[in-house]
Amino acid sequence: MLYSVFMLALRSIRRNLLRSFLTILGIVIGVSAVITMVTLGNGATASIKAQISGLGTNLLMVRPGQRSGPGGGGGGGGGGVPQFNEADAEAIAAQIGGVAAVAPEGRASATVVANGRNWATSIIGSSNAWFDTGNWKLASGRIFSDEEQQAGSAVCLIGETVRREIFDGTVGQTGLGAQLRVRKFSCIVIGILAGKGQSGMGDQDDTVVVPLRTLQRRVTGNLKVATLLVSMRDGSDATRLKASLTQLLRERRKLATGDDDNFNIFDTQQLAETLSSTTQVLTTLLGAVAAVSLLVGGIGIMNIMLVSVTERTREIGLRLAIGALEHEVLLQFLIEAVVLSALGGVIGILIATAASWGLSSLMGVPYAFDPFINLLSLAFSAGIGVLFGYFPAKRAARMDPIEALRHE
Amino acid sequence: MTEPLIRLQGVTKRYGSGQAELLALKGIDLDIQAGEFVAIMGPSGSGKSTAMNILGCLDTPSQGQYLFEGAHVESLSRDQRARLRRRYLGFVFQGFNLLARTSAQENVELPLLYRGDTANVRRTAAAKALQAVGLAGWEHHTPAELSGGQQQRVAIARAIVTEPAVVLADEPTGNLDTQRSHEIMGLLMALNRDHGITVLMVTHEPDMAAYARRMVHFIDGRIAKDAANPNPTTTAPDVPIAEGAV
Ligand SMILES: Nc1ncnc2c1ncn2[C@@H]1O[C@H](COP(=O)(O)OP(=O)(O)O)[C@@H](O)[C@H]1O
Ligand SMILES: [Mg+2]
Repeated sequence: MLYSVFMLALRSIRRNLLRSFLTILGIVIGVSAVITMVTLGNGATASIKAQISGLGTNLLMVRPGQRSGPGGGGGGGGGGVPQFNEADAEAIAAQIGGVAAVAPEGRASATVVANGRNWATSIIGSSNAWFDTGNWKLASGRIFSDEEQQAGSAVCLIGETVRREIFDGTVGQTGLGAQLRVRKFSCIVIGILAGKGQSGMGDQDDTVVVPLRTLQRRVTGNLKVATLLVSMRDGSDATRLKASLTQLLRERRKLATGDDDNFNIFDTQQLAETLSSTTQVLTTLLGAVAAVSLLVGGIGIMNIMLVSVTERTREIGLRLAIGALEHEVLLQFLIEAVVLSALGGVIGILIATAASWGLSSLMGVPYAFDPFINLLSLAFSAGIGVLFGYFPAKRAARMDPIEALRHE
Repeated sequence: MTEPLIRLQGVTKRYGSGQAELLALKGIDLDIQAGEFVAIMGPSGSGKSTAMNILGCLDTPSQGQYLFEGAHVESLSRDQRARLRRRYLGFVFQGFNLLARTSAQENVELPLLYRGDTANVRRTAAAKALQAVGLAGWEHHTPAELSGGQQQRVAIARAIVTEPAVVLADEPTGNLDTQRSHEIMGLLMALNRDHGITVLMVTHEPDMAAYARRMVHFIDGRIAKDAANPNPTTTAPDVPIAEGAV
């Protein structure tokens, strides 16, 4: 029974292909809009999360100067604010509980030359702790030895981007053991960092890492440390750790009770949460707007189903006359509406998949297929068919066959 | 005399109420035996269609009784009457009422879909019915590709595909020219004669009524005359009727 009614509905849809398509256009647009919005939003959220976890989880970045935005501190620090030094890093590591690693970081820009090629990159001077705080892995080679750190030796590790730009195409392609000229000195490449990929904070792989002392002596010529990277142990209390860190630094920087902090602590985890909750709110908002269009699509279905019922009055009269039962006619029109709107849902999903795939690669966010939102949209559009198809279907089923047959 | 297939007793039909009240049927008594071919005639507005709607179980009398094979139709529910129609009755309308953009075969299959027949059963039965009305080979044509006479023949095929006891036709030739009308009448006559289907037909035209073996005249909601046709037309224009079809 259900099967034959289903067949009847399919035949009706096929008979009015153009109108069927126009009927579901609203649903198609609604569904594809909802899914595209949510998928892109999820992709953006995921990419922000990935970028931030790329910086290192549970990472505090301490910089001189008043609070500034991510990546904005630079290291300039502003007029007259005292910089950090290596001793600050040692003090933090020694005196504050819950700290996994502390790395003092100094930066400089330089063009590096080797293999007959040159490349402008940023030179980072730090300790071995830097590899821990930044979640860096080695693709090959080794990190600094204690002697190299103490002595400020001319050794360096290079990021994936630098390796690619300078050493791609060479024997072994790694550049391990090669001499890399940085400004006025040359360092021996002892290690290659595993790539992290493009990030919102710029290309993290575009870097050359040398011991802090090497940077200070041979590149910048001063003992300043622009940033202290402090990574927390898993499960340590970020708020308490930040409080004791603040207190320690205030003491070391001899700030009086009433003075403002002349440094700022930047928490990547907090940033991650803030940013991803922002994109989530945006996703929800866009999704809601798109859902409204889905609702409008549903009203479109009802409208056209009503027109269709009126237009097909004689057909309904005939069906009733040849013995269709009330609920069979009701079911037929209901199934027609549901099949139509579900079809709209399926087409919408296909369009959305293509669109969000294309748009996400265009926007540089990962394509995050979300089965839940796809299923939900499909169920929702079928539900819209039931909801908005019921009234016209009821109207069809209740018709008087004689009146209906007389209808012009 | 055997129990009649159809028995109307004191049937009246009232439309509207108060000032607008109109008595379309004013007490009809009518017995029809299985296998009869009855033409219902009479002036416009005399209640022919009203009576046909009641006979076709599409409508119920305001008063009186309608017995179909002894069952009281007037006390059946809407769905019960629908079941009765799908089982025993076939309809042919003046306006054909075929589904547009739908092949002749699918049109003929329609009543079988409601019976839940399988695709195979439907196809075979539809082919047989189309053959019976002389439209073998026209299965895949849509109404727009068929002439009026052919469309009405598809409609007749649709009416007989369920092998009904009674075919009801309200002015089946009203939209056709004389030649096509005779073809349709020949078809109805053959269905009645060769397959024992009871045919009830409303017509204005004496030429068409002449095919019937009994004529019932309506005037002003009453049966004015009810008599056998002593000399029914038997020579219709050549319409192919397959032997053993239906
Ligand atoms: N649904 C209806 N509502 C009101 N009056 C109707 C309705 N159907 C038929 N009538 C009236 O009943 C009378 C008989 O109509 P009908 O049976 O259609 O006549 P016929 O078919 O003989 O021309 C006419 O006066 C017609 O106007
Ligand atoms: Mg009439």
